[in-house]
Amino acid sequence: MRRRTFLGTTVALGSLGLLAACAPGSDSGGGDGAAPAPKVDEVDTDIAALGDITLVVWDQEVRGAQNDAIEALIGAFQDKYPNVTIDRHSQSFDDLQKQTGLALSGNDVPDVLQVNNARGDMGAFVADGLLTDLTGYAEAYGWTDRFAESVLSKMTYSADGVTFGEGNLYGLPQTGEVCGIYYSQKKLDELGASAPTTWDELFTLVDTAKEGGEQPIMLGNLDQWPALHVFGPLQANFVDAKTIVTLGMGNAGADWTSEDNVAALTRLAEWGSSGALGDSPNGLAYDDAWPEYTKGTGVLLIGGSWLGPDMEAVMGEDLRFMAPPPGADGKVATTGGTGIPFSIPAKAKNAAAAAAFIDFITSDDAMAMIAENGGMPVNRTAELAPDKGVNKDIYEAFDAVSTEGTLLPYLDYATPSFADTAGATLQEVIGGQATPEAAAGKLQEDYADFTEGS
Amino acid sequence: MTPGSTGQRLRHQRPSAVARGRGTPYLFLLPAFLVYGAFALYPLGRAAQFSLYEWKGFGSSTFVGLGNYLDLAGDADFRRAIGNALMLIVFYSIIPLVVGLILAAILRRGQVRGMGFFRTIIFLPQVIALVVVAVAWRQIYSPHGLLNDVLRGVGLDALTRGWLGDPGTALAAVGFIGTWVEMGLVMLLMLSGMSRIPAEQFEAARLDGAGAVREFFAITLPAVRGEITVALVLTIIAALKTFDLVYMTTSGGPGNSTTVPSFEVYFRAFELREVGSASAVAIVLTVLIFAINVGVSRIGERES
Repeated sequence: MRRRTFLGTTVALGSLGLLAACAPGSDSGGGDGAAPAPKVDEVDTDIAALGDITLVVWDQEVRGAQNDAIEALIGAFQDKYPNVTIDRHSQSFDDLQKQTGLALSGNDVPDVLQVNNARGDMGAFVADGLLTDLTGYAEAYGWTDRFAESVLSKMTYSADGVTFGEGNLYGLPQTGEVCGIYYSQKKLDELGASAPTTWDELFTLVDTAKEGGEQPIMLGNLDQWPALHVFGPLQANFVDAKTIVTLGMGNAGADWTSEDNVAALTRLAEWGSSGALGDSPNGLAYDDAWPEYTKGTGVLLIGGSWLGPDMEAVMGEDLRFMAPPPGADGKVATTGGTGIPFSIPAKAKNAAAAAAFIDFITSDDAMAMIAENGGMPVNRTAELAPDKGVNKDIYEAFDAVSTEGTLLPYLDYATPSFADTAGATLQEVIGGQATPEAAAGKLQEDYADFTEGS
Repeated sequence: MTPGSTGQRLRHQRPSAVARGRGTPYLFLLPAFLVYGAFALYPLGRAAQFSLYEWKGFGSSTFVGLGNYLDLAGDADFRRAIGNALMLIVFYSIIPLVVGLILAAILRRGQVRGMGFFRTIIFLPQVIALVVVAVAWRQIYSPHGLLNDVLRGVGLDALTRGWLGDPGTALAAVGFIGTWVEMGLVMLLMLSGMSRIPAEQFEAARLDGAGAVREFFAITLPAVRGEITVALVLTIIAALKTFDLVYMTTSGGPGNSTTVPSFEVYFRAFELREVGSASAVAIVLTVLIFAINVGVSRIGERES
């Protein structure tokens, strides 16, 4: 009996605590208490006159070269404005991403914060009024001239967060990324082939490689997302860029089950079943796959520009990179994007200085500094390309895609659950557990649920 | 004052009012209860409360009552996760228990040289961080990893595959890592239980003409019932709350074939930003673990 009483008391106390606790999140009022975003003529660019201030910056530029670049830029900014002290907190992307929501909803927010572009992150914060609209600053500082439009669109949302790619600007990136095709020059020579200039040539190359006893394409897709970086460029051969942008940004008006999308999925399924992607791409980890490629397994590797320097360290001049051949509408289009953009929280105390800082770290001089430190700057990319090596190829490819072609969004930007849906579905397409039609249906279901629900 | 009166006074000295109070025992429990309440009960209560809301983890929330739970009932991913977790019990609990029992019985009978060394080796997986275990096994299972190399070496090329990438083998592959990890714990528990059995019992049984098998079922097995219950409870909890192994090896793939409830909690809360739904999964998982283990303990207690 005694034990029962004790349990009873415990339960009673517990429920009392529950009643006393308020509904989750009700103590923070979204964008309340935030100053409205300034228009172009209200923007204060005279930072030296602001007096002594401390600018709190949260970033995820922790890896060697990135860290060096941002440290150098912070130093230069403080030299330019001695009245500004920068208080920098840096942590890994995963850690930062997981606490951004909580950090933004509090009252003590950083002045500058890196926020992932995806709908689940930046889109959700915009909808809740947690980020400052930078459109006025963009005009005052001339950011629209500095950045290519297809780059800026990756940080652009309507004020209610419903439309992605149009509307207000909520952040600026420093670096670029592009998915393309790595190839081993030596292997192409052995096969008597040359770098493909059309997708048909690429498909032929895949067959030639297989007949020559080589694994045509290296893919490690145990982690689920790597296939998206293969499918993205491939899809551009079958589907026009505008439709992919609509699908990838999760805006209404496109259809995953269209004939051309199914054709793209069918090609991926064929690659999977014929062994063009290796014996068991779904069983191989991403970080095990590219080292195997550097050791000589695979003729091609379709993936992100970030792999270049590490693979080059092993393969040297044998490693080359190219943007995919022109897509369905005759222009080059491939998955790519920007580094994580720098944003200003709605409740930032020093928004004017924060904007000046973002302007400073994305300036033309800053781009040169990033390139010197080994990163790929998002602007002036071709100009700053090194003389040789795989980074020369990568810089030129990014420049070609971002200025003349279309930088397609990562497909998982589309809806908060799309990374999982697409990752799982593409695994099933490659492994033969789902037909291309069924896969298209699953992707459409996620996309339609989201676009119709919002 | 006579000595007798002193003794009387001592005998009649009564505890103070505080010590006599009915609530006094609880006062002693209070410090521990406060800690337990703050770090276990309060978070549990908050999770239960969150599960009634639709909330992104920031901003405003909407009260949806049992809506999150109703959604779970029709959620194929969630049902799959629960099914996978139950399947993992076979790998984490049943197989280690059966093999552990047999191994322990053999080790007890035979005079194995370097017993301490073997015990340490078998127990070692328990000591290694699961993340490290997962990374190591990911290498072993990879298409060009150790397992496939061995299969190819003995001419079983037809069996080689990316073990974690094939929907037919991925769950079993993850489960086997669990077997490997839990085996040592279970065997050690069984060994310690068996070491308490007096040697005379075995002697008597042997005099009565019992063989090794008869000895095992008539003496060893009944004697370690308590240990079996403990082993089952511990390993079933480990099976149902598996997270690190799945997160590090397959992320729930291929497709959704290896997703488990704990992974769903993480995925819903941090990737989908559906804190309410994540909390609902967590609460269901808690209830499930609780129910299964109450069942196991009851059976264990009744039989002993």
